[in-house]
Amino acid sequence: MTDTLIPAPSPAPAPETRHAADRPTALARFLGSTLVWPILALLLLLVVNVVATPSFLNVRIQDGHLYGNVVDIARNSAPVLLVALGMTLIIATRGIDLSVGAIAAIAGAVACTRIVGAADEAAVTTAIMACTWALVVCVLLGLWNGFLVSVLGIQPIIATLVLMVAGRGLAMLVTDGQITTVNNETFSDLATGYVLGLPIASLIAIGMVVAAAVFTRRTALGMLIEAVGINPEASRLAGVRARTIIWTVYVFGGFCAGLAGLIIAANTNSVNANSLGLWIELDAILAVVIGGTALTGGRFSLAGTLVGALFITTLARTIPNVGIPSEANYLFKAVVVVAVCLLQSPRARAALRVRRPATSKGATA
Amino acid sequence: MTTTHEERPVTTTTQHAGGVPAAQTPEPVIEMRDISITFGSVRALDGVSLRLLPGEVHALMGENGAGKSTLIKALTGVYTIDSGTIVVGAAEHQFSTPAAAQAAGISTVYQEVNLVPNLTVAENMLLGREPRFLGGINVRAMNRRAAATLERLGLDIDPRSVLGDHPIAIQQLVAIARAVDVEARVVILDEPTSSLDADEVEKLFEVMRRLREDGVAIVFVSHFLDQIYEIADRMTILRNGRLVEERMVADTTQLQLVKLMIGRELEALERLERAAANEVSTTEPVLRAVGLSRKGSLEATDLCLYDGEVVGVAGLLGSGRTELARLLFGADTADHGTLEIRSERRKLRSPRHAIDRKVAFSSEDRKAEGVIADLTVADNMLLALQASRGWLRPIPQATRTRLVDEYIKALDIRPADPNALMRNLSGGNQQKVLLARWLITEPELLILDEPTRGIDIGAKAQIQAKVAELAAKGMSVVFISAELEEVLRLSDRLVVMRDRRKIDERRNDDVTVGDVLEIIAGQADAAGSRIEEESSRD
Amino acid sequence: MSAATATVGTTTSAWDRIRSYSPPPRFLPLIVTIALFAGMFGAGSVRYENFGDPQVFLSLMINNAHLIVLAVGMTFVILTGGIDLSVGSVVAMSTMILAKTLQSGWSLPAAILAVLVVSTLLGTVLGLLIHYFDIQPFIATLAGLFLARGVAYLISIESIPINNETFMKWAYEPLTLWSTYWIRWSVVVALVAVVVAAYVLAFTRFGRTVYAIGGNESSAMLMGLRVGAVKVGVYAVSGFCAGLGGLLFALNTPSGNSLHAVGMELDAIAAAVIGGILLTGGRGYVFGALVGVLVLGVIQTFITFDGTLTSWWTRIAIGVLLLVFVVIQRLMTRRQPA
Repeated sequence: MTDTLIPAPSPAPAPETRHAADRPTALARFLGSTLVWPILALLLLLVVNVVATPSFLNVRIQDGHLYGNVVDIARNSAPVLLVALGMTLIIATRGIDLSVGAIAAIAGAVACTRIVGAADEAAVTTAIMACTWALVVCVLLGLWNGFLVSVLGIQPIIATLVLMVAGRGLAMLVTDGQITTVNNETFSDLATGYVLGLPIASLIAIGMVVAAAVFTRRTALGMLIEAVGINPEASRLAGVRARTIIWTVYVFGGFCAGLAGLIIAANTNSVNANSLGLWIELDAILAVVIGGTALTGGRFSLAGTLVGALFITTLARTIPNVGIPSEANYLFKAVVVVAVCLLQSPRARAALRVRRPATSKGATA
Repeated sequence: MTTTHEERPVTTTTQHAGGVPAAQTPEPVIEMRDISITFGSVRALDGVSLRLLPGEVHALMGENGAGKSTLIKALTGVYTIDSGTIVVGAAEHQFSTPAAAQAAGISTVYQEVNLVPNLTVAENMLLGREPRFLGGINVRAMNRRAAATLERLGLDIDPRSVLGDHPIAIQQLVAIARAVDVEARVVILDEPTSSLDADEVEKLFEVMRRLREDGVAIVFVSHFLDQIYEIADRMTILRNGRLVEERMVADTTQLQLVKLMIGRELEALERLERAAANEVSTTEPVLRAVGLSRKGSLEATDLCLYDGEVVGVAGLLGSGRTELARLLFGADTADHGTLEIRSERRKLRSPRHAIDRKVAFSSEDRKAEGVIADLTVADNMLLALQASRGWLRPIPQATRTRLVDEYIKALDIRPADPNALMRNLSGGNQQKVLLARWLITEPELLILDEPTRGIDIGAKAQIQAKVAELAAKGMSVVFISAELEEVLRLSDRLVVMRDRRKIDERRNDDVTVGDVLEIIAGQADAAGSRIEEESSRD
Repeated sequence: MSAATATVGTTTSAWDRIRSYSPPPRFLPLIVTIALFAGMFGAGSVRYENFGDPQVFLSLMINNAHLIVLAVGMTFVILTGGIDLSVGSVVAMSTMILAKTLQSGWSLPAAILAVLVVSTLLGTVLGLLIHYFDIQPFIATLAGLFLARGVAYLISIESIPINNETFMKWAYEPLTLWSTYWIRWSVVVALVAVVVAAYVLAFTRFGRTVYAIGGNESSAMLMGLRVGAVKVGVYAVSGFCAGLGGLLFALNTPSGNSLHAVGMELDAIAAAVIGGILLTGGRGYVFGALVGVLVLGVIQTFITFDGTLTSWWTRIAIGVLLLVFVVIQRLMTRRQPA
């Protein structure tokens, strides 16, 4: 869906924007792109669901809203998608952010306590102000992570571990350890509301994906992120300021995590600092990896991440649907992680290498 | 340290006490015969032979890409050979792993110390074959054994100290001690001296001499000719993956050696159409470096670069030519000295500073320091320009297309597809893309380090022609290459480097390759200019 | 080493001597941690009544025995430059396996054996994935995290009580040390684990190879050390320790529950880092991990004793400590020659 939203393919498109219809080798490019596997996997899941429940894909309209499994999946995937979005860019620079779950919890905590503490708890402005506050805090936390990584030069996994450990404590501090329940229509609409029959949460998430796509592909950010991720030394010699770029992606990651936290909190109209967004960082990393962005950095695929997030959410839906207890979800995730890693591992790949379409390169020469 | 500047008398024999006079050849410890190795389509080694005699220091000589390290890796089992035989003692061998080679008494010490900095000296020497007691390591016995080995080599190092606490030179010596402890018959020292100072080198040689006395065959790789003449008995010279010759060091003058290493393969290149060397403008230089130096890579060097002039830098690998370029660009920061760009004093802390001052630098290491393999040709070309604009100001689409198309055409880059991935281009085309990357930034000073290495002849000629054209248009170019013909053909002025310093600078008026070789070989009289003369004969 | 000086110029040896004389910085983080622990314990004793009672210290050990064992396993992994995210989940899985097998009538030794075998096996598989398929430790052990938690859920969603008599006797029988001071068996097990690990790391080829891999993996390979086996081995050790930690956890909380020990891997990592073990590998001591756990414990005790501080300060305090140590580590590695 990003193709239609990203204008004309620039010379530096992500793999996903490259299969523009005007290219003769569109199919070949598609088959050669990293998107094939995640999309096939997602389709497979959907097929499994349809076989188990033939009406799985049905969508009906009720009270002007769309209802159905597919809509639910789209809605439920919003938080993971948001977090994974930020994570994609971070991973592309050879980094990782473990603290996003904690940041999400802090966002939820800040928003909910501000709403509860406001003069008019139910007002629209209250919700907006509270969310703004929450997001500002998240941006600050992103700045903090970026500082540790790009200025102090601490390994990303370690640098973000600090906030991962302390973050939930901070969130508890904000909520005073209470499960804060809020009563604000506007805030709940973040998760459960609909606009034009579509769930707002999904619209936000998709909106962010589009924004990120524009943000990275219409500016030079995407190219520079990839350059730094692929070859930091060559980038340095070409004059790329890696520090600013790395800092930017961590801030963006913090912002996305904050949005995700708000949606999760809005979904239950409450915040439990201990459990909000627990393990979302792992799901997000998983989504990124499924989407074909290598953990070693370099080229990233926002569309891939989108598919990855949908895959994870669909998986969670599929398991009860086919009659397996939903707790087994973890097992399946484990299998997916291993499968994806093996697919990406050069050694395992060497054994089952799929020949790349030879036509894709140099065809126009 | 130098032992010779003049023609060395042929009769000179080795003056080392225990050294085996190589004339009466004993049985070789190891003989490699007709070794060939091919990587993909590249013939890295082509029928190379190497004989190692007991109790000799055998220098392995050659420029970049000559095949030295491939040969070493073939010997030590890192690479498998395609054809040829390795004879150890009387039996034929083919080592499949470094461990197998080690078991046969072949130990290697690499340029980067391949030890573990966080363990003790004794552990580094003995780990993997440490004395044990009831399943555990017998630390006392281990330290005792390490101490004994160190003593045998005349090294005063506490075996219980942590390796990382020692300077690199000591670590290097410990690496040798480890190699020796296995009762090595052959010790390979691959550029062990490249980061050592004179005292440290002397200490290393001391150890090497002891080993030679014990009958060990030592393979020694170094880019410092003086060191070769000081310590080596015999040498094998390689060029472009082929064996050039095996010679006694004493029978070879430095000039002969340099000639053998560099070779003079005539190339089917047309002589460049150039006006007679551009007049060096006496106006303000683009760049002036005074006393520029960095520990371990370059000794104090002065250099002035002017508009419209190509300055060629000649010198062997490790002579400091690359190091000089990196300091001029800020890729490394200088310890001492000043740099003026357009008469403004600048301290270059990062490449970015240099780029902002219109300096461009294309690294010799295309793969590690130039190419962004997974990005497209267009992105690779525009990277430097985009980086200096910042990410918020993308280059407009129309400009992108225009620039990329223009340079693809101008430099004849193939495939002429801006969206081709860089990794799929040939080396020559990658190099052209990198050249385009810098030309797009419209630099006033362009530093090219080995821009034509390892690329096909056609691309080479194109790049050379482009360099001449740029200078004619007023750009200042520094051109570094291992190929002297190329340097001479292109440059207006010539800088000759040796042993990490500038030893000569002259206008390129009918300078011949022979002249340069003589300068490099250190024959001052022939070259007619002053050369470093702190000879400390031993 | 004076015997060897005879042949070499004295200048170098003197210069050498001066070079190597500075106090070894590798002990610094450990010293800092011990001082920190002592300081915190001392401050607590001054500030709160009964804090200085030796039993408080002993309780610290009792309450954190399982974490000590986890940290020991984590030490092996981190020393090679890896990380193991799966340990918390493996603890939960272990309690479940124990509870379930006991419930279905297995004998206690058989149940314990089952726990240890399964957890070690899981660790080994993770190690194999990491070494032979070049999968990053982070992501491979993430799979382990999901897998172990999944297995735990698969066994039962509900909590399963453990009421094996022998087990309960181990769990609750106090071991009197002197007068009224006592510990539990779990502490003994944990301390034995520390001692064994310390011996293995210091005095066996396996242990020294662990350090060598953390120092420079490719060098270790070129030195002919068995890098592959050791790398797989450390994850097996970590798996085993996680299983053992699960057993000790069950001694404190006698039930199997798939929600046990959520996020405990973070505590183990934090303990290791605070104990001075370099996250990039190669430096640190298992004793440091023990002290690291005690520091975490003393923070908790502090907050328990102080009625005004709330429990979430624990996490914040751990985070701050982690930050301080990570920055110290960074500065340390920066000083070291490339």
